[in-house]
Amino acid sequence: MMNLLTQPVGLSHYLAVSAVLFVCGFLCMATKRNILGVLMGIELVLNGANLNFVAFGSRLLRGGTSDGLGLDGQAIALFVIILAAAEAAGALAIALNFYHTHATVDVDRAEELKG
Amino acid sequence: MDAVNWHTIFFWLFAMLACGFAVGVVVTNNIVRMACCLVASLGAVAGLFFLAGTEFVGAVQLMVYVGGTMVLLVFGVMLTARGPFVSMQTGGGQWILATIIGGALLAVLLQAAFSVPQWMAPKPLVPQAAPAPTAATLGLALMGVRVDKLERPDPVLRKGMSGYLLAFEIISVHLVVVLVGAAYLARAKRALGPRPIGLGGRSAPPLGAAQK
Amino acid sequence: MAEFLLSISAPAWLAYSVAALIQCALLLAVALGSAAISIWLERKVSARIQDRLGPTRVGGRFGWLQPPADGLKLLCKEDIIPAAADGPLFRLAPYISFCTAFCVFLALPFANNWVALRLNVGVFFILAVSGLEVFGVILGGYASGSKWSLYGAMREAAQVVSYEVPMALCVVVPVLIVGSMDLVEIGNHQAGWFWHWHVFHDPFTFATFWIYMTCAVASTNRAPFDLAEAESELVAGFLTEYSGFRWVVFFMAEYPAMFLVSGLASVLFLGGWNGPIPIASLLHLTPAVHPLAGWIGNLLGMCNFIAKGVLGITCMIWLRWTLPRLRIDQVMTTCLKYCVPLASAMLAGVMLWMYLLPGGVWTQAEQLWSPSTVNAATAVRREQAPGPPRPAEKQAHHEPEPMDVVWTR
Repeated sequence: MMNLLTQPVGLSHYLAVSAVLFVCGFLCMATKRNILGVLMGIELVLNGANLNFVAFGSRLLRGGTSDGLGLDGQAIALFVIILAAAEAAGALAIALNFYHTHATVDVDRAEELKG
Repeated sequence: MDAVNWHTIFFWLFAMLACGFAVGVVVTNNIVRMACCLVASLGAVAGLFFLAGTEFVGAVQLMVYVGGTMVLLVFGVMLTARGPFVSMQTGGGQWILATIIGGALLAVLLQAAFSVPQWMAPKPLVPQAAPAPTAATLGLALMGVRVDKLERPDPVLRKGMSGYLLAFEIISVHLVVVLVGAAYLARAKRALGPRPIGLGGRSAPPLGAAQK
Repeated sequence: MAEFLLSISAPAWLAYSVAALIQCALLLAVALGSAAISIWLERKVSARIQDRLGPTRVGGRFGWLQPPADGLKLLCKEDIIPAAADGPLFRLAPYISFCTAFCVFLALPFANNWVALRLNVGVFFILAVSGLEVFGVILGGYASGSKWSLYGAMREAAQVVSYEVPMALCVVVPVLIVGSMDLVEIGNHQAGWFWHWHVFHDPFTFATFWIYMTCAVASTNRAPFDLAEAESELVAGFLTEYSGFRWVVFFMAEYPAMFLVSGLASVLFLGGWNGPIPIASLLHLTPAVHPLAGWIGNLLGMCNFIAKGVLGITCMIWLRWTLPRLRIDQVMTTCLKYCVPLASAMLAGVMLWMYLLPGGVWTQAEQLWSPSTVNAATAVRREQAPGPPRPAEKQAHHEPEPMDVVWTR
């Protein structure tokens, strides 16, 4: 345990955290029936990806050398955050409309177009 | 004990928070508690961004994601909650299937993360060579000027064209369009004229029809 | 602090932990102290406005001990959790509010370089974290399981998220002038006499300051914008179901937030720790002379800063007991139809001003009125300084403003 706290963390550790976030988001998208729950899963997945971008772009984690993503990682992470905001706004509007017409937010009930 | 690595300690703290609350999002069925767990998880990820030395992205994460997007989401949760506290159950079979697939995915991802020896521990950092001026260089990159690549320009790209100005503009316009569209979609569809008796507001004719 | 402990051969982990704990304790003292002072001020100022005396007996002539007495009384009250409430969230909500309000103090500088966490993106961090405070209110309102609380929470969410936009636009103005988001740098940029403060930088910043104060009052949920706890409509809004200690904790978050927005206003617009008269530099109390002199100068600066913060709180209290509460649609109209366009226009105006008068009025004035250029003054003035020069421009400015800091950082 002490060893865990004293040795430096590297890129791998960040990638591991992002993997956990990604898988949690994936599970959330797969198992939730509430449309807002599915949205939250998407947010988690995007955050996992974002953490990857930031970790690869970080100067601290690459030891100050310039062989990483550098600024590109941060810029892409920014774009992902902004697009996630746009996506959440759009999806929420759709969810509210769905709720107005169906009086539920259960995605399994949206089956009118089933062939 | 003297060689306590503060970066490591705070990394484990934020990593545990992020992962723990992410698992909390998956296992809880109460939508409001899910939202709370998600807020905590995203906040911890912002802490990880700060630890990785990208303060601006961390602050943006807190401001846009946690402060904006999540408030929106909680707002949506409140607007759509039927009873006091909504919960929808998922069947056991689905859970088992999802866990198997998710576990396999996690195993693959973790294996990939720990498979490159260079990624395990950082090379010793040059002792405080220059504090990375994250915000200014990032802002200039968004305006299309890559000051960080001046001495090592990308041979593929034309000189001075390796920034993100076009992407920035596209995303700005995209955001405006999406927000206006979302506001249009989600607005309360009220009838302008007298409301038909016995019908709720949602079955009233749309705004355009009422005006004709 | 950590260096001092290291020098007396304390182990490194202990030194850093103790230093961190001391700083946390200091900040906590500031946060809670500002709450106590604000509660006392609120009682006294409101009493004066209503032609009363306010607290007079508790702890001496001016009722100094009224806040602790209030706290003690509230702690003795019964702590009720309604049956319809979502227990854990209901318990958690006040602490979320308080923790975010406290976290913001991490990045708030009290004097030149006296800041717990000097961030490259300080002002942005403060805006981001203070935006999180709304979560406590929303959760509290929702978890109470009461309609009044839910209405209050919904209003709070709409109001705070909307007012973040004009507030951020106003904050961008000083950032634009200085070229940095570091609050210490923004404060130091206004060193000198009071006409170097950003609020007097040009007419646009003067207007921006008032827009900022409007948004700041709205973002702290103070009257006339206290729609989330409107007593006349919503019982007590999101606070309806809270009692005893948890109710206190919500106010422990609200009053530090007031101090915070006024402190931020003072750093961004009112010179921060630079007083109206630069006493510290006139008396040569700078670190360049002696470290102790610099320390005393910083202490004076901190007094300045805290005085400005308390002044801001007093103005907010004055507003609260003077203006009637707005309706929710009026609140949203004020934000979206007036504050946002005005703030955008002011931002554009400041950009134009900076473009036409690089370095600000005072640098231009110095060029105009220094003896060597006095012959060419009339010709240069016609080209460079449109509009009549203000009387204060005649004061010579000591050093040119470092306006190219944007590109060198």
